Amino acid sequence: MEALNKTSLPPLAAPVSSADVHPPHLSPAYKSTILRSPTQPLMPVRELIRDLSMPVFGQSVLREFDNDLTKNARINGEPIGERIKVAGRVLDETGRPLSNVLIELWQANSAGRYVHKAEIHDAPLDPNFLGGGRVLTDADGNYAFHTIKPGAYPWGNHYNAWRPNHIHFSVIGHQFEHRLVTQMYFPGDPLFDYDPIFQSVPQHARELLIAKFRMDWTEAEFALAYQFDIVLNGRHKTPFE
Amino acid sequence: MEQLRQTPSQTVGPFFAYALTAEQYGYPYDSLMNHTLVSLDTPGQRIVVTGQVWDGAGATISDAVVELWQADAQGHYRTAPIEGNTATHTDRGFLGFGRVGTGTLPGHRYQFTTLKPGATGEGSAPHINVMLMMRGSLRNLYTRLYFADEPEANAQDILLNAVPAERRATLLAHRKEVNGEIRYIFDIHMQGSDETVFFEL
Ligand SMILES: [Fe+2]
Repeated sequence: MEALNKTSLPPLAAPVSSADVHPPHLSPAYKSTILRSPTQPLMPVRELIRDLSMPVFGQSVLREFDNDLTKNARINGEPIGERIKVAGRVLDETGRPLSNVLIELWQANSAGRYVHKAEIHDAPLDPNFLGGGRVLTDADGNYAFHTIKPGAYPWGNHYNAWRPNHIHFSVIGHQFEHRLVTQMYFPGDPLFDYDPIFQSVPQHARELLIAKFRMDWTEAEFALAYQFDIVLNGRHKTPFE
Repeated sequence: MEQLRQTPSQTVGPFFAYALTAEQYGYPYDSLMNHTLVSLDTPGQRIVVTGQVWDGAGATISDAVVELWQADAQGHYRTAPIEGNTATHTDRGFLGFGRVGTGTLPGHRYQFTTLKPGATGEGSAPHINVMLMMRGSLRNLYTRLYFADEPEANAQDILLNAVPAERRATLLAHRKEVNGEIRYIFDIHMQGSDETVFFEL
């Protein structure tokens, strides 16, 4: 497959709003969207809904190694692969840090294989790696977890399709509209130009999905580090404003 | 005021189950939420909310995630923090939040045990907020379940009345009693003449 949008990029347009970063529902290069995306426009309702506050998650929802995917599924040794730390902040659109945000994570192992039963990629499972975890943000909106850098994997979208390395994130904040599901990518991945899921995001916003390498956050002789900050949809007025 | 750009949405993909719905799918990880939104001592009429998610070719979708968020029988949303590291904690009280995948029941059904919510205030009929995620969907989709057997309350609901009249029926769940169990059937259609109304928050 040829690189998508690799050449003749349109000039970078300033985003119309902070929400003008999301992919369209229908993105035909990602074939599964064709039968699974709404054909009618979504109905804007935020002026009609008074309050969609959600309860936060307390610290007791976490077990000891929930935020360490290198440790939370060990059976007889350490998982294979490159140990990394991923950390960042969760903010609302005004830059206010959000505490007690639940981030659920899942990813392939270092060979590019998911534990999921529907996964058929011919790459080895790692008996000591599940690839699932969760973490809460602290009072300043910070989160951090350790994991193994996921491998790239092929998928059936088109001939010789491969996903760039990525970690799946599910985020539950303080409001129903905070709800976000996304994927974090790694800097400089050569598969960006060939991946219709990454490319579904408007070009000016793709950088927001790429973690930053942070040499100053690396743990010497132990793990490299990446920063991935998350900004949630939150236009509702809060009592703090 | 200058706003930060939001983090773009991406699809949940096909391989979420061992993290988001591990217990339901039999993976060795616990789940913070599941198909049950109530605990045994929560007051209110017990109901089952169930249905299927249909694609544009009329096939049921086997790898969707459905989340519900609703008020209790008095119309109050939970505000107390959620504690406890599994969904099977019995002392959580009314959670009001649930999550299931469509990959484990015949016909790719989703199914929740909950209670019939009360109206949350003036101009609001009893309803359940529904969030839908799946492979092939690049963004979360938000819709609402209203109860077909509440025609008077529904007629007063501000949001439901803002929906074009010919599409309101896509938001109505239909009551069915099966062996003394009260079920509300709520199918979600991604496309077609019955395409479900989705909302933008
Ligand atoms: Fe993936």
